[in-house]
Formats: sequence, structure tokens, C-alpha cells
Amino acid sequence: MTGTKGAPNGATGTTGTPEETAPDLTAPLHLAVALDGAGWHPAAWRETGARPGELLDAPYWADLVAEAERGLLDFVTFEDALGLQSAAFHLPDDRTDQVRGSIDAVLLAAHLAPLTTHIGLVPTTNITHTEPFHLAIGIATLDHASKGRAGWRPQIASRASDSAHFGRRTTPQLTEDEVGDSELISQPLRALFTEGAEVVEAARRLWDSWEDGAEIRDAATGRFLDRDKVHHIDFQGSNFSVKGPSITPRTPQGQPPVVSLAHATVPYEFAALGSDVVAITPHDRAGTAAILAQVAEAVERTGRDVTDRPLRTFADLIVFLDDEPGAAARRKARLDEAAGAELASDAEIFTGTPAELADLLLDWRSTGLDGFRLRPAVLPHDLTAITRGLVPELQRRGVFRTAYASTTLRGHLGLARPASRYAAAG
Amino acid sequence: MPATTKKQVHLAAQLPGIHNVTVWSDPRSESQIAIDSFVRLAQTIERGKFDFFFLAEGLRLREHKGQVYDLDIAGRPENLTVLSALAAVTTHLGLAATVNATFNEPYEVARRFATLDRLSGGRAAWNVVTSYDAFTGENFRRGGFLPEADRYTRAAEFLTAARELWDSWGEGDIKANAATGEFVAAGAGRFAHRGQHFDIAGRFTTPPGPQGHPVIIQSGESDAGREFAASDAEVIFSKHNRIDVAREFYRDVKRRLAAYGRSPDDLLILPTANAVVADTDEEAAAYAEEISRELVSPQTAIAHLEAVWGRDLSAYDPDGPLPDIEPEDDAHFLKGHSVFRKGRAETARQWRKLAEERNLSIRELVIEVGGRQTFVGSPQTVADAIDDYVQSEGADGFVLVPHLTPGGLDDFVDRVVPILQEKGVHRDDYTGTTLRDHLGLSAAPRPAGWGGPGQPLRTGHDQPGRDHTVRDQSVRDDKETSA
Ligand SMILES: Cc1cc2nc3c(=O)[nH]c(=O)nc-3n(C[C@H](O)[C@H](O)[C@H](O)COP(=O)(O)O)c2cc1C
Repeated sequence: MTGTKGAPNGATGTTGTPEETAPDLTAPLHLAVALDGAGWHPAAWRETGARPGELLDAPYWADLVAEAERGLLDFVTFEDALGLQSAAFHLPDDRTDQVRGSIDAVLLAAHLAPLTTHIGLVPTTNITHTEPFHLAIGIATLDHASKGRAGWRPQIASRASDSAHFGRRTTPQLTEDEVGDSELISQPLRALFTEGAEVVEAARRLWDSWEDGAEIRDAATGRFLDRDKVHHIDFQGSNFSVKGPSITPRTPQGQPPVVSLAHATVPYEFAALGSDVVAITPHDRAGTAAILAQVAEAVERTGRDVTDRPLRTFADLIVFLDDEPGAAARRKARLDEAAGAELASDAEIFTGTPAELADLLLDWRSTGLDGFRLRPAVLPHDLTAITRGLVPELQRRGVFRTAYASTTLRGHLGLARPASRYAAAG
Repeated sequence: MPATTKKQVHLAAQLPGIHNVTVWSDPRSESQIAIDSFVRLAQTIERGKFDFFFLAEGLRLREHKGQVYDLDIAGRPENLTVLSALAAVTTHLGLAATVNATFNEPYEVARRFATLDRLSGGRAAWNVVTSYDAFTGENFRRGGFLPEADRYTRAAEFLTAARELWDSWGEGDIKANAATGEFVAAGAGRFAHRGQHFDIAGRFTTPPGPQGHPVIIQSGESDAGREFAASDAEVIFSKHNRIDVAREFYRDVKRRLAAYGRSPDDLLILPTANAVVADTDEEAAAYAEEISRELVSPQTAIAHLEAVWGRDLSAYDPDGPLPDIEPEDDAHFLKGHSVFRKGRAETARQWRKLAEERNLSIRELVIEVGGRQTFVGSPQTVADAIDDYVQSEGADGFVLVPHLTPGGLDDFVDRVVPILQEKGVHRDDYTGTTLRDHLGLSAAPRPAGWGGPGQPLRTGHDQPGRDHTVRDQSVRDDKETSA
């Protein structure tokens, strides 16, 4: 067991209501990057420097993640879905002018594991159609392959058409009205979130099902395993059951951190139940404080003990970064024109210089946020601007690491390694 | 490669997951789960120019008398995930994952193999297994398992659906043309499959990798399994420890191919095997003996007997004779192990007869039936035996199971492979880049019209992907001259 219990490297944490939490402004800022295709602007693939023909191949991703690691970022996330990308949230489309096609994010993350040494690797997976057992062993294997740098971003399948890819269940078809409002979106999907929380719980139990030290190799008694340290989980959900134990032994992190993106009450509760990091999408400082309060309420409602299980809060931002003032806004305007529409997003869209972004991050952070997940509008341009512009700026201000202090994702996030829940009895 | 009319020996290896084939008590035996073990073994066999690295699958830990079975190595990674990692630290080695057709869905499996094929530059293979038991099913949402009669019909339809998904993208469907603003061809990935087991439709997300379709492997020896292999697979992973049985199997399977319009070269038969190599034949024999005893501890011997007898035999002496009581059919004794197809009573009768004939104790009997080391001897002896086995049509090569993890094939690669190379039956270096190249297989079949109207069916290694290397014909030519 390598974990230490207690308060690791000066973590902040949105652990109570914002009123109760005095934000520690000297604590290190946490910084992650969300990687998706050619970047988050739909016309990003048309920029010079983009590698649109390589978006589904390993070398492109290896270069991006190496860059993110040079920037000492906590982790990168990889977007994914079991349906083809679409400009509409709830329906497939037939557009041919935007990036279409994707590869499995867990496998991509695993491929990048031996090519990197410190950065956390957080693939997105579907939790509506995929078997919980397969999900749990996939993420556990990523943790073994990366020696403790795996995370997991579980995501429900909100697009009804994805169900037809499996043909074994149906999911609600959202309406135009619903997709215009995040609270309305999540209402018909409530059952999927409930089931999703069970999937996360089942996975966590599978991760715990082998205690540390279960492999004993006791030649005298001929036993490879101490079977008292390997447990059935007997998980009974509303829609599925899993007997266990896992086939994959306990991993370096014990439980890889779970990261979820949330925009409304139902997903805040989903995060409060099962996530270690929740990414939110505020549009200003006041909005950040308001959402953090909602998250804290969800934490309270679900009865989560945040002393034992801190919930880290990150804010998502789409970023266009250029050193020259005004250049980023002009670049965005040019991309919007190429796309034929102004960029729309769930997250706030930032255009400006690295120094201006640093100002914004520190301002918002003072509401009690732990960090940010930046979505580069154009890859590799805006990623490189983050790692070579923003990061040095934050380092100059003394709020970002100058070297990795840990080799695990939990370590970067200041989260202790949990003991197996089944170990207590023994 | 020297000009030769001899059959090439195809070599693969696996890091065993759950079995008593690895001496875990040996101090040189390292982790079965740490990535370093996988990397070490994969890089060793790539140095030996093997065709592929293979991983078996078991989706539930075995149980014995209602408890997790604790005497064997247990614990394994998720196959495709660990192979995707290995794709980053190897350049040519094929990467074969066993994935069950019963506890998965075609859309996901097709997507994950297309991903592995892309990430590896065309080195993916899928061992389609059909194990079906309710015991394993308890780990899955379907809760599902299938009656024996339905396993291969689901597997065959699963594979058909997967192929439809892979074929739903045509070469060049990703335009990525910044000048025209066209990223993707209209309708790319569109599919619809309706059958007895699957009714699915929509858009598939993932254009296939350089191989188009991963290499398809089948394991299993029933009549239905052999037919499935003859119609659909490109490699059979089989299990024989006697050359006469192996030759019979080889003849039978190769004969079945014609009915599907396929030639004997379209399906390679690779039995599992192990090799014990030492300076002399005598030393190797002694070491093999030692390994056998390490693998079958007194406790393991009794447990194996209990599995057959279906009753508690813990009072019996492992160094004494077999019990003369009859087996009972108690399914609780053993879960997740291979099934005793002949039935407990018949298996017990055969074991007892063998023990009496050869005067074997319980432990000696279990060692005997558990499968002796296949190839034992000096490097020259082992290389000659392997060569003979292949030239005499017992197999097209072997999937080697090292008895030590991860260093168990060091001697084989350093000392046996060079002799096979000298004999001209194993490549000096890779001549192609994809697993299909290494195996001498043609490109995956494409539906008529694939590649666009009026264009001929592609036959070479020219599917979309990052590796557009011109295909080296020598591998194929070698196969053809030997046929
Ligand atoms: C050499 C060999 C290896 C096998 N490996 C696996 C495996 O890794 N995972 C699995 O679930 N089944 C495995 N099987 C089981 C087969 O998929 C199949 O279910 C079993 O052999 C019965 O099929 P049959 O009726 O065709 O013989 C293997 C079988 C053989 C012969």
C-alpha cells in the first residue's frame, strides 16, 4: 500500500457550502485539458497547423499528450461517444463539413500510457450501453498500464439514436425545447443518471474486490491467492447486477479518480454520489459561486462525507489564446465565418492572451474552485498556448507547479489512495 | 529470407492469465499483471520475429467448493486495453485479444478492434470465443448465457455484424479537405443489420485500420467450432499434446475449407505448446520434470481430482492411489474451468485405468493428464522437433506458453529461433508491417463495390490508415510456392 491518508499536498476542495469554505489562494491551481478531435471549434480542422487526416491515429495524440505533459498539467481528458458526432445535441446529422469519426478513448489512453510518465489520462466512456464489468476492468487496466495515472469520465448516452446501435433497450428522445435548457435536458434522463451512478458504484466495488496483498504466493500451502482478500461484490442495481470479483487485481491508485461534467441538478447529484472531480460550466465569477453552492447542496443531499471523500471542482472553458491582444478574437471570428455560424457551447468561450486568461482563472478560483479544464478551440495551437503561455504565466504568479511532485493522478489532485472497502472487516 | 520450399513455422506467444501453466513459486516469476511484464515478453518475442502476442480471456475468477480458487495464478488485465498499450512499445508484433461473443455487443467490439488496428498500424487479431456459462453470465447486465446450441449461431452472426460495421466506411471516406471544407463523405459509417440475434442500425464511428478487418482466430474443437473456423476464421488456436491427434485435426480442418471456397493456406492451425530448453537434452528433461512438479502441488493434485469426482477428497493422500469411490455430479465443485465433456464417470474411469497401467499416484496422474511439456531438449532438439511437427502437417506453428513470466521465452528466442532461421523456416526479419502480412493472409474480404463504383476489389495492404507502405509481396510468394 503506497497511499497516505490525511490531507495531502495542500488541497483546497469545495467541501462545504462556499460560505463555510475559506478558499486558500496560495494553494496550487489544478489544470487539465480536454482533447477532442481537431479542437472544440467545429472549423478547427481547417486551420493551418491542424492535422485533420490524422485525428484517428496514434502519432497525433502522442504529440498532443506529450505537449500537455511538458506543461505539467494534472490530466487530459479524451472525449468519446458510441455515436457519430453531430452538431445537434440530441439527434444525429448528415453534415459533411465537420469532424466525424472517433476511436475508443480507453484504448487511446492506454496506448498513450507507455509514451508518457506523469500526466493523468482520463478517457470518456459510455455508461448506458456498456457493461459495468467491462468498464471496470478497462479502467483498472489503464491504471495498471499507466502505473497509477488513470481516471475515468463516465457519461450517459443522451442521444436516443445510440440505442439503435445496440438494439437491446431504448432511451428517451429529447425534444428541441428540452435541449435548450440544461435543467430540462436532465429531467427525462434522470433514470439514466440513476442507473449511471449504480454503474460507477459497481465499478468502484469491483476495483475494491481485490484487496491489496491478495496475491500471497505461499508455496508452503500451495496458495497463490489469499481468498479471504478477494470478494464477491454481489451488486444489485435497478437494472443490472454484477457478482464479481473483478478479474483484474487492485490497481496502483486503488480507485482511479472519476471525473464528471455536470450542468444541472441531476448531474450534480450524480457527481456528488460517485465522482472525485466535477467539471462545471459557469459563465462568470458569480455564476461559479452559484453553481458551487448547488454542488454543495447536492453533496449534502446525497450524504457524502467530503472529509473522507473530497470532491474537487473544476470549471470548463473553451479557450482561444494568442499573445497579441485582439488576435484570439479575430481568429475566432475567422473560424466562425468558416463554420458558417458563431461558436455555441455549454462552456464559457474565452478569447484573449495567456495573461488575461490567468487573471480570469484566479478571479473565478477565488469562489472556491480547485481548478480548470480548458478546452482548446484549435489543436495544437491553443494547447501549445496553454502549455507555453498560460502555464509559465501561472508559475510566475506562484500558483502552478514547476515540476510534478507525484507520479499518480490521485497524487496530482491531492487525493489519498483509498483502502478497499472490503478490507475493514479483515 | 532464403529461398525454400519448406513450410514456414508461425510463432506466437501468450502471457497466460489464469492457469497452472506458470511456475509462480519460482523466484524469477514476476507479476502477471504489471505492465512491465507484458512489455518485457512482447519485446522479447518481437526480437524473435514472432507473428503475434496472444491473450486469453476469462470473465470470472474460477471457484472451487463455492470459494474463489486460490491455487492457480489468477488476475488478468482487460485484453484490448493492455494490447493498445503494447502497440506503443512494439512495431511489428501482432496483437491478439480473446473477446467473448456471448457477453459483448457487435457495435462495441467492432469499434474497439478497429481502434486497436488503427493504433497498432494494422496488427490486431480477434480470438472469437463462445464460452457461455451462467456462472460467467452473473457478471453481466444481460445476466445472459446461451444454450450450447446457440453459441456458434450468435458468434457467427456477431462476426457478420462486426464485418458489416467495419465495411460501413469506405477507403477515403475521410476527406479532410480544408480547401473545399469537406471533412467526411456523406453517409460514411451507415449500417443496418437485422438477424436472429441482433437488430441494429445507425452510423458507425470508426473507420477501420490498415487491415480492414482484424485477423479472426477461433478456439474450440467441437464440430460446430471447426465449421465456424473453416467458414470464418484465419487462425485456429487449438490444444493437442499428441502429434497423431494433431495431424488428424489438421487434416480434418484443412479439408473443411474447400466447402467455403477457401484454400488450405487461408486458415493457419496453431496449437498451444510449451518448450523447455537447456544445454543438453538430459538437463532439459530434468528441468521439465521439475516444472511439472512445481505446477502440480499436492494441493493442486487433490483439487483437480475433486473437480472430476465432484466430491470432497481432501482426506486422500496426493502421493497415494486414486480413490475407488465413484464420482458424483456436484456442479458446485468447480466453476469456470473447462467442462468435462465426456462426463465425470467416464473421465474418472479413464484416469483410474491410466493410473493403474502406469502405477501413478494421484499427483503423478494429474501431472500426466495435465499435459506434459511439448518440446523438451537442447536448442537443436527443440528446433528439430518444431520443424518436424510443422513439416509433417501437425500444425502451421505454435502459440508458446512460457512457464515463467515474463522471462520464460528468453532462451527460446535467443537459442532456438536462430536455429529455425538457419533452417530457413522462420523469418530473419519482418517483411511486412501488418499481422496479415506476417501470417501470409490476403487482405480482408471487402463487399462487392467497395472502393467505389467501377473500382476493382482491393487485394493488397492499402486500406486507409497511417501506414501506406507498399506491400511487400515476398511473404505471400513464399506461401504460394510452398502450397
Ligand atoms: C486452445 C483453446 C483456447 C481457448 N481459450 C479461451 C479463452 O481464452 N477464453 C474463453 O472464454 N474460452 C476459450 N476457449 C474455449 C472456446 O471458446 C470454446 O468455448 C470451447 O472450446 C468449447 O467450444 P467447442 O465446443 O468448439 O470446443 C478456448 C478453447 C481452446 C481449445
